[in-house]
Amino acid sequence: MEKTMSNAPATPAPSTLAGSPRAAVQPTSRERFQSLMRTVGMLPVLILLAAGFGILAEGFFTAQNLSIVAQQASINIVLAAGMTFVILTAGIDLSVGAILAAAAVVSVMSSTLPGGGILGIAAGLAVGLAFGLVNGSLVAFAKLPPFIVTLGALTAVRGIARLLGNDQTVFNPDLPFAFIGNDNLLGVPWLVWIAGAVIAGSWFILRRTVLGLHIYSVGSNPEAARLSGIKVWKVLLFVYAMSGLLAGLGAVMTSARLLAANGLQLGQSYELDAIAAVILGGTSFVGGVGSILGTLIGALIIAVLTNGLVLLGVSDIWQYIIKGLVIIGAVALDRYRQSGART
Amino acid sequence: MPTDHLNGHAPRPVLEMRGISKTFPGVRALRDVSLTLYPGEVHSLMGENGAGKSTLMKILSGAYTADEGGEIRIDGQPVVIDGPLSSKALGVAVIYQELTLCASLTVAENIYLGRELRSGGRIDRRAMEAGCADILTRLGASFGPRTLVGDLSIAERQLVEIARAIHANARILVMDEPTTPLSSRETDRLFELIRQLRADGLAIVYVSHRMAEIYELSDRVSVLRDGGYVGTLDRADLSAESLVQMMVGRDLSGFYKKDHGAYEPGHVVMAVRDMRDGKRVRGCGFDLHAGEVLGIAGLVGAGRTELARLIFGADERTGGELVVDGVPIRLKTPLDAIRAGVVYLTEDRKGRGLFLDMSVRDNINVCACSDDARTGGVLNVAKARDRAAAAIRDLAIRVPDSRVNVGALSGGNQQKVLLSRLLEIKPRVLILDEPTRGVDIGAKSEIYRIINDLAKRGVGVIVISSELPEIVGTADRVLVMREGELVGELGGYTGTPITQEAIIELATGATPQTLPRAA
Repeated sequence: MEKTMSNAPATPAPSTLAGSPRAAVQPTSRERFQSLMRTVGMLPVLILLAAGFGILAEGFFTAQNLSIVAQQASINIVLAAGMTFVILTAGIDLSVGAILAAAAVVSVMSSTLPGGGILGIAAGLAVGLAFGLVNGSLVAFAKLPPFIVTLGALTAVRGIARLLGNDQTVFNPDLPFAFIGNDNLLGVPWLVWIAGAVIAGSWFILRRTVLGLHIYSVGSNPEAARLSGIKVWKVLLFVYAMSGLLAGLGAVMTSARLLAANGLQLGQSYELDAIAAVILGGTSFVGGVGSILGTLIGALIIAVLTNGLVLLGVSDIWQYIIKGLVIIGAVALDRYRQSGART
Repeated sequence: MPTDHLNGHAPRPVLEMRGISKTFPGVRALRDVSLTLYPGEVHSLMGENGAGKSTLMKILSGAYTADEGGEIRIDGQPVVIDGPLSSKALGVAVIYQELTLCASLTVAENIYLGRELRSGGRIDRRAMEAGCADILTRLGASFGPRTLVGDLSIAERQLVEIARAIHANARILVMDEPTTPLSSRETDRLFELIRQLRADGLAIVYVSHRMAEIYELSDRVSVLRDGGYVGTLDRADLSAESLVQMMVGRDLSGFYKKDHGAYEPGHVVMAVRDMRDGKRVRGCGFDLHAGEVLGIAGLVGAGRTELARLIFGADERTGGELVVDGVPIRLKTPLDAIRAGVVYLTEDRKGRGLFLDMSVRDNINVCACSDDARTGGVLNVAKARDRAAAAIRDLAIRVPDSRVNVGALSGGNQQKVLLSRLLEIKPRVLILDEPTRGVDIGAKSEIYRIINDLAKRGVGVIVISSELPEIVGTADRVLVMREGELVGELGGYTGTPITQEAIIELATGATPQTLPRAA
């Protein structure tokens, strides 16, 4: 009884809408505008920021600087892509920075072994994937809250990273895959190619595969997903494994740039930049809504902001403050924009 | 409201509600309902599911505000109830089915919740414990004020709720189906308590479906139907027959579509054997034939949804077997049922059915897309589009484009989207749980047409519904559930016609032999 009646007001409609069903679903011009805004997302913010820095900061729009921005953004793009998968299922992965550090240490160490470059790359990816699978298992099978699992992993894996490198910085000046971090392919840095490939691959998985549809479904309504016969555990395991694997890829990219890895310092607070990129990209924290292209734009906003502020000579301290405020402001704008669009 | 039952009561009513109406967007939940309550009486409120009992009680408790035009008087004085606080201040206390205690606090802390005693800025537990010990003793509690509520049984928690109400000087106590979670001994004890409270001069509104309880407790019974007030019976005039008649009395039979001829069911498409979950479902078994519409009726809380979810593998069962087309199914998850061709339409469309912020197209395709997919699980986008377009056409879903979010549609169209998702699986057995809840008349009649078509095509359809006319109008055969068990069968080969009266009698247990002694 209780339930029956409390449902009544929540599902209104009938008689009033029945007469004019077309009016109920035909978008008004305001709705159309909102829909447009949702599609383009934060792109206007990115364009405004770039234009602003272009005017204010000398040398922002040079080919060299743009290439630097893209390279700086690339590692965060890769991590944020993994984070997008996770957040789409209403989860979170706080451990990507720590996983990146552990994977980078292993990657650099194993690159010195006979077998060379491929081994280093494979080892970095494998370490990332392994930690991701552990996170995923704890979330999918032990049904622990993702925040707790990955918060624990953040600390534990950081410790493991230090342990692996004996709490020292590991070097390999002859890193066989150093070209990834420093060379270009067809005039575009390898790092940017990789980030682009990750975005394209993620887009394909999310928008063109059954798995992608299931990821959105689980995030949108996990109980409905279960009742639809979706293997929710498979989806959860996949997204955390993916996030771990991409953190491993980020580790390969970082160590290729630095030719070194330090378990203590590497990847510190990278997870926060990745989360910020996803949120700026309009992906909903409650799951089910969001896009990988939004994440790309979010990561670029962060990179442009950082680069522009450096060019303007803004001090480190103020950079932090401004970045934080921009993230809050952008998301507030997003909420305001979308208010009323959702029922 | 008749006035002749003043005889034998204190002359002044403690509560008068007159001309109360409540309109939700598109739904008239209550119209012009009256209720008069005297001190020292147990006044039962009856009606079918959705008749408006809860809405009326929510207006009394301040959870809803009534429409303009009605009047509420307490002790003869007109009052305004504009929220739970003002209702409480006027001496109204409601004991809901879902109890509202904090499990991690003690009994005393719960009783004083929101009115904590302080001394010098700190909470004074000792004074609170002393202050409620008296009431607990008087109500016959076997536990003390320092017990953690989390350690108490459901019946004991109910007692804490009652103690809290009395401690707050409530004079009007509303109890909404209080016996549902109780054992029979606990029920007896609760009835003792209710009689004691009545003797103390409290006015008690007792909401229940159970005829036996109504007989045992009530001084008067008021009946609501379809949001309207039907009448009030004094204890002397009480009879199962008159109550059932007051609760039913609608005729919509022409509205339903049941034109698949005489009862000629096919083979047994699904056999359910001794399903049980150790809680709400206590060993239910039946056969479902191809081409048959089987209604499952019963009151809310009888275990119908729970039974359906067990059959579908959505909840864990402690026993039972599912056989589809003669093959026993290894049933662990909904996926196992779906693979066997058994699908379930949830009663909770928004909460457990739809992906509200996803498109109509994705919502329709989410189950079927795995079968369409190319190698490597790549979506067949063209097929998904065509599938959605065909479903929108076949079920007459009113939507300009299949990429619109399903959350933007009306209830009826949402329901059709959910239904088409299931139909795209090509089910052999379709279990529909409240298929027309919150759905407009037009969509309702289309859903009935779909049910009828499916049965004609040889699908076994189960319709679970709280709307009796819907059961009577759509089903070839009806099983009635009460308290977790199947208690009767109508229609089919039984020779007993399917009528609302027969269903209500079975569902409430209003048959003569179950009627208890007078109080």
